[in-house]
This record gives sequence, C-alpha cells and structure tokens, in this order.
Amino acid sequence: MFDELQEPGCVLPKSPGVGFKHVHFNEILNDCGRVAWLEIHAENYMSEGGRNIAQLKKLRQHFPISCHGVGLSIGGTNPLDKTHLRRLKTLVDWLVPASFSEHLAWSSHDGQYYNDLLPVPYTRAALDRVCDHIDEVQEFLGRSLLLENPSTYLVFEESEMSEIEFISQISKRTGCGLLLDVNNVFVSATNHETDPYSYINEFPLALVGEIHLGGHAEDTDDEGATLLIDNHGAEIVEPVWALFEHTIKLSGALPTLIEWDNDVPEWKTLAAEAQRAHTAMEKFAAFA
Amino acid sequence: MTVCHRDFASALLDSRKPVPAGLTFRSEKANKRFAVYRNNVAVSLTDALQSLFPVVRKLVGDEFFKAMAGVYLRRHPPASPLLAEFGIHMPAFLGGFEPVARLPYLPDVAKLEILIRESFHSKDSVPISNAYLASLEPAELLRARLGIAPSARLLRSRYPAFGIWHANAAGGSQPKNRPENVLVARREFDPKPWHLPGGAYEFIDSLAKGSCISEAADQAAAMQSEFRLDQALAILLKSGAAIEIKSQFD
Repeated sequence: MFDELQEPGCVLPKSPGVGFKHVHFNEILNDCGRVAWLEIHAENYMSEGGRNIAQLKKLRQHFPISCHGVGLSIGGTNPLDKTHLRRLKTLVDWLVPASFSEHLAWSSHDGQYYNDLLPVPYTRAALDRVCDHIDEVQEFLGRSLLLENPSTYLVFEESEMSEIEFISQISKRTGCGLLLDVNNVFVSATNHETDPYSYINEFPLALVGEIHLGGHAEDTDDEGATLLIDNHGAEIVEPVWALFEHTIKLSGALPTLIEWDNDVPEWKTLAAEAQRAHTAMEKFAAFA
Repeated sequence: MTVCHRDFASALLDSRKPVPAGLTFRSEKANKRFAVYRNNVAVSLTDALQSLFPVVRKLVGDEFFKAMAGVYLRRHPPASPLLAEFGIHMPAFLGGFEPVARLPYLPDVAKLEILIRESFHSKDSVPISNAYLASLEPAELLRARLGIAPSARLLRSRYPAFGIWHANAAGGSQPKNRPENVLVARREFDPKPWHLPGGAYEFIDSLAKGSCISEAADQAAAMQSEFRLDQALAILLKSGAAIEIKSQFD
C-alpha cells in the first residue's frame, strides 16, 4: 500500500536541528549556526492566522521543517479524533514538512485530553490497535510517519513483549519509520534498571529517520531508586551524549534534534548544543 | 491484569484514587512513579491556564490561582489537543466559584483575556488606511461601509473590565467604578484592548452587521445619547479593527 503514499519533496538533512521557539525567531534567521532544520509541534500551528502561522510561513522558506504531533493519541483505546486528524491534514498540506512524526503513547480518552504522553502496554491487542491507528493516519495524510519511542516510569504486568519487539512489529506492519529519542532510551533504562547500550544495539537503526536529544530531571521513587523524568527543560547530560555517540557510530549521521521545550534557554545555549551534535557526527559517524 | 484507560485516566486527575492495579515496578509501591504522570498533567495544564489568564492570576494571587487552576482543570479538562481552546469555561467557573464571590468582575476579566487569545490566533486581515478614509468627501464617508476584522472582538461588561485589565496588565491608573465596553483588535499580531466610549459598542456591532456609517451612527446615537462618531471612528482606525471599505456605488 505504501507505493501510493507520496514522499515529501525534501527530507531532513543528516545534521542537527532544533525545536523552534518563538523567542528565537530573529536569531534563527540572522545566524542559525549549525542548525540545518527546525521542528515544530503541530498543535501550535492549527489556528487560522496570527504570529505563529506567519513565523512558520517565513521559516519554511529557509529551513526544512519537521512537523511533530503531540496530540493524535495513537496508543489510545478510543478511535482517533477525526476532527483533529483533519486539522493536522490542513497543516501538513500547506506546510509540506520534510517529516511528520508522532509518539507511541496516548493522551486522550473519552473526549478528554490529558496533555501528557501516557504509556502503552506491550500486548498483542495494543499492537493491533496502534497499527490500525498508524495505518489510518498514514492513509489520511497520504504520507508515512516516524514513530517515537517513549520515556516510561512504570511497567505493565500485562506486557507480552519488549518495547523494541513492539516497535519493530509496528514498523514492519505499517511501513512507518522510527524516531529514536536517545534521552528517552536513557530515562527509561535508568528507571527500569536495564542497559541503555543493549537497547541501542538491539534497536532497528536502519529504520530510524530522526534522533531526539533532550534534557531530563532527576528524582527518586518510593523506595529511593533513581527516577528520571523526561522534561525537555535542561541541557543534555553527558551520559546521553555518550549514548548518542554510540548510536551514530552504529547508524551513521542522522537528522538530530535538540529538544528544549521548558525553561527555554538563550539562543546561544541551544546553538551550542547543536554545534556539539554536529561535532559528534563529524567525529563518530564519518565511516558509517 | 489489564489496565484500562478509563481507570488510568480517572486516577490521573484524582489523587485519592489508588494507582491502577497492573502497573508495577519491582514492588507494589508505584505511587511516586504514577505520580510523574499525575504531575505532568496537572502542572502542564496549570501552566497553560497561568499563561492564558495573567491578569486574573494577578488579581487573586499566584498561590490562590494555582489552587483554583487545580479545581478548574479537574472540572473542565481540555476537550481537544488544541490548548489554544482550553480555559473557555473559566468565566462561568469563576462566576460560580464561592471563594471568589467577593470579586464579581473576575468573570469579565477572564472573558477579556480569552478574547485577547482568540484575537491572537484568528485570521489575519489588512486594516484600512487612515489616508483612504480621510480622502472621502463627508457625504461619501457617511454612506461608506466598513468591514470589521475577523480578529476583532467586543465585550460588554457591567464592571470596569478594561480599567481593571489595564491597571494590572499595563500598569494603568486605578479603574473608575463604572460599566465598560471593550474592543479587542490587532493591527499586526499583538491584540490590544480598547475602552469603548458610549455608543461605540453599538456602532461597531451595527457596522459588523453590514450597516453603512450613517446608519450605524444613528443606531448608536438612538441607544446611547452621548455617542460621538469621530471618537468611535478614531478607535476603529487606530485599533486595526476596520478592514475593507465599500461605498454604495461599488
């Protein structure tokens, strides 16, 4: 069926990108440094007009845009919200983004939206449901999507397979690509006391169309064990940079996003993180 | 044990409910782990309300607003992933929220902040130029029809909604105790509220329904004897609320 899907006019360059924040608009246009592309949250650009839309129309003339959805609730047990899907199609149709991605998570149930990426059990029933939803999204938008691995804090007793097996099955059945969030890998592995390097080694890297790097917060659980919380509100920590370097040694250079959504820093701080990702790709991904 | 999304979702917003069975980590004590989700939901939605209602927040104080946002987001959780639509029930909520009964103007201030956000996200349009309007002969001007921008909003208040907003958002002087009507409009991207003098609300409302300037002015004057056409036109032009112009000879 994917022969019928239209591939976008351009793809994301295998270089660093950043999540676009309105406060950085002028600096990005004046001196973008190593930033070769921008990512936007789809839900912030679904209005009829105003500054957000005007800025995006300007930016798309200068940068490939990655359109990252946070509200489709692909992992939900309810049918997809058709109104929201239509809003998304309207945006994707005029923006013609280089990439569209969404999360392996749910965020809505029974007509209420929870504004968080809630976890999915890795069962055969959930796999069927997620695949149906992805088929529906890809068919409706007329393009394939990249699906992002989640940060998780809990384990479902009912899970029947590993996260990697679950995600690989989804890609195999729907043809979707993958978005590998290296910070999420580190957060989840720490929280579940597993090895993040084994996760990367087992991950189907050939299917990865984009990498995310971001910051997290540190806390402890009821028993005093380390609990990392994905918050996109801080610098990328050294162990996550190391895991990224390990990843690109295996995968080669990939479009790599610096994600910083809360407590947004000055442009030069964000640009420095992009520079570091660029340097790492030059150093570690040269022969892959 | 299967965890159903209904149980998961209801435990997210009600911390008295236990963590759904079937979610574990090594032990039964998964409270702090589940609390990450509870916290993400409450904090992100509270943040959204704080940025939407800065003046309401200033009027009731940060701590009180945070606690009140907690009540609001549980009573009226967002119905869609468009957070630009979240908070629309705040005026009615405030009107019935006993702890703020002493501040009867609060619902109108909340309504004004919602109109500012609506204006921000609405369709763009080009304001008519002062020069064009000035070029019209008086008789032509009276027969002219003005369009009202899709980003313009009107508010009728029994309280000094504009004065309270202005004193708190822009450091204006103490509001006078009087009913105030308000126009929200933007020339480019930043919406701004304008206090409407007597009859101007009715004038703009009439123009929006298709009346020509003289008809709209007559209607406004009939309802509000203090109506002054020059004042009302000046606000329409400065605010960016007036768009294309059509004369009856078009």
